[in-house]
Amino acid sequence: MRPVAITGVGQTPVREHWDVGLRELAVQAIWAALEDAADPKVEALFVGNMLSGMMASQEHLAVLIADYAGLRGIEAVKVELACASGAAAFRQAVLAVASGAVRTAVAVGVEKLTERSIHATTEGLASAADADYEAAMGISFVALNALLMRRYMHEYGYQKSDFAPFVQLAHENAQANPNALFHFEVGRDQYEKSRMVADPICLLDSSPVADGAAAVVITAEETRAAGPQIPVWVHACEIGTDTIALDNRKDPLWMKGVEVSTRKALQRASLDHSRIRLFELHDAFSIMSALSLESAGFAEQGQAVRLANEGIFQLTGRLPMATAGGLKARGHPVGATGIYQIVEAVLQFQQRAPQPLQLEGVEYAMTQNIGGSGASVVTTILGRNKP
Amino acid sequence: MGIPRNWRLRNQRYRLVGSQCPQCQNLFFPPRQVCPHCYNSELSEFVFSGKGSVYSFTVLYQTTPKFEFQIPYIVALIDLNEGPRITAQLTDVDAEEVRIGMPVEMVVRKISEENERGLIHYGYKFRPIAFPESE
Ligand SMILES: [Zn+2]
Repeated sequence: MRPVAITGVGQTPVREHWDVGLRELAVQAIWAALEDAADPKVEALFVGNMLSGMMASQEHLAVLIADYAGLRGIEAVKVELACASGAAAFRQAVLAVASGAVRTAVAVGVEKLTERSIHATTEGLASAADADYEAAMGISFVALNALLMRRYMHEYGYQKSDFAPFVQLAHENAQANPNALFHFEVGRDQYEKSRMVADPICLLDSSPVADGAAAVVITAEETRAAGPQIPVWVHACEIGTDTIALDNRKDPLWMKGVEVSTRKALQRASLDHSRIRLFELHDAFSIMSALSLESAGFAEQGQAVRLANEGIFQLTGRLPMATAGGLKARGHPVGATGIYQIVEAVLQFQQRAPQPLQLEGVEYAMTQNIGGSGASVVTTILGRNKP
Repeated sequence: MGIPRNWRLRNQRYRLVGSQCPQCQNLFFPPRQVCPHCYNSELSEFVFSGKGSVYSFTVLYQTTPKFEFQIPYIVALIDLNEGPRITAQLTDVDAEEVRIGMPVEMVVRKISEENERGLIHYGYKFRPIAFPESE
């Protein structure tokens, strides 16, 4: 397969976009990305989205978006992989270009979660779990993560307040990102007093549902238009999966999908963990951050929370995460999230991250987008140099 | 949940009918068509005893409309004595009394109802065993 690069990125602010529909939101991000890449000829569009059917009664979404983006006639396909839909669409675009099937593709992630009541949204998100044996028993998506968090605290002896650093660093970073949903600091006492949603998960542990769209332009090297931006190279994009139901896993605290997709991605890129300078992980809940870091091999089992308290994952630390606020504070428009992560990593390479968030000398960055309670995991490695 | 689905799942919901792989003896709930360990596709029926212990639990304060009338309620991961783990609500117990490792047994209760004229869904919940037999 030939090397492929990202030559343009676009994103809308993550907000409650009541005045904008799915198609307009997606078109805004696509056009921003195309402009960024100096208007290449696009041959295929891959749309990452989870809930257009349930939230907007709109399936057949990719063609609608292609048409309204001015791309009528091109190949257009929606990719659904729960909360990992965005990165899954990105992988399809990468494969399409790397294989030589098309020269240039766009991957866009788009989601509108404020279209209906919060109840409808909760029900929609629960559909990422096993409908017959998890959701039907009254479990919500938050509750699945709560089951993990309680067991984790039990196994490793952590207190609830030990998880605060994950939340605090995300909110701190988001303040400098104009596209983030939240722009407020969180104090440790505020975290401890936060309202319980599904004990031990409180409101401040949970990434907020919101609307947003993000897009990237992907091109093969020889056809790369002389765009204004430094190309950022795709060194790997790999998927790992696990049982859809949490209860079916022998050790629910070990995310096999994370382990597998991270290992595959590092192998594909011929790298080891020490080369990754930035990890945009799937911090949908504080416990997800801890389990991701451990199963990906960046922390020993049971140690991620301790490392967070040591400041390892802050901008000034050894392995910054959630550099633009993460799912927690940038917001989590589910099917768009995976593309937001990639866009944010690309901006870091191009020295275009908001000033206080800009990291120096990033050679490789990893982004990781997770579907459900860890049932599907897409791990991407981006690099400054051509593979 | 529609009528066919409700009817189709009756053996799982009321009797904890799962499956067993005759080749590697592994047990499954819910039942599977293919054994994920040895890929045998001739699995036999296995009925679980309904006895187990709490692996983890949570108390829900926010949920979907169907379950709102129960707030706050407890959902747990339960290790069945035969092996598999299952997701279910706990009943007949206060949240403050629930502990990881607590012995529980299955009972059939109302899980949810659709509306005044809709279906009432029954199925398994788990309650503490007052005096667990020593084994
Ligand atoms: Zn078997």
